[in-house]
Amino acid sequence: MTSDVVTTTLFVLLALVAVGFGFLVFRVDSMARATFALAVSFVAVGGILLLLDLDYLGVVVVVMMVMEMAIMAVFMIAYMMNPAGLMPMSMYHDKSRAMSVAVGTFVVLAGGALLVDWPERQGSPPADVTEQVGLGIMGSHMLVMMGIGAVILTTIVSALVLASARSRYDRLGDDLKARPARDPIRGGVGR
Amino acid sequence: MSLEALLVLAAALIAIGLYGALSQQSIVMLMMGLELMLNGVIVAAAAFWYYVAPSRPDGQVLVLVVISAMTIEMAMGFAVQTAIFRAGEVELTDEATELSG
Repeated sequence: MTSDVVTTTLFVLLALVAVGFGFLVFRVDSMARATFALAVSFVAVGGILLLLDLDYLGVVVVVMMVMEMAIMAVFMIAYMMNPAGLMPMSMYHDKSRAMSVAVGTFVVLAGGALLVDWPERQGSPPADVTEQVGLGIMGSHMLVMMGIGAVILTTIVSALVLASARSRYDRLGDDLKARPARDPIRGGVGR
Repeated sequence: MSLEALLVLAAALIAIGLYGALSQQSIVMLMMGLELMLNGVIVAAAAFWYYVAPSRPDGQVLVLVVISAMTIEMAMGFAVQTAIFRAGEVELTDEATELSG
């Protein structure tokens, strides 16, 4: 019984942190602070996964999202709208309509969550939850993970192509045979 | 803690993420909203695994898929932002109008 109370208290706390810091992401006036607010929200969700016996996935969410937000902070500072508070400005547009759409979405989703007659629980969690997901992705759900692998490889290539200003194909031509390289400024002595 | 409570939490995270994605001018802040929405999907998937079908790995695999989707979304989002910023100094959603109309 006491463990029930502890679990419920922890859940309420983590849920409040997840939602509160999630909302803070769009209220703080610094984009760097917004990144860290989002990281706290993710850590709270990782904690909720731990409460649901998902030890491995909970830790994965915490570790991955803290890393992701650390990388994101660099980009946030690069594209910051109000660097060091020197350019105070509103970061919003269409605020009231966005808020009404968001509230409407919440009412519909939460209403559905409370009104739908969800199915009964079938079976119980296995003794080793991590083993279950491991056997899943290496067995019955292998196609899913192979698909993700291919998509991640595609992402790496296309992100590099999009983000690079001038690649070797710009310098050396489509067959990489153009000599000398087509550079904006000629190299060598006496230029 | 119950399935309904977790789903309401997921709905709250999705709604806040949607608010951010719609109301923020900056393209990177818009991506923060999308991340927050996927955060809510993680909660919902984990809740369904625990309270509906804990004896099968489907819910856990779905959480893994969503985590990968978040990573891919962020990588591609920053790549596109970098590309359009380089092309035309675009950093606000209102300025990114090449595909409008």
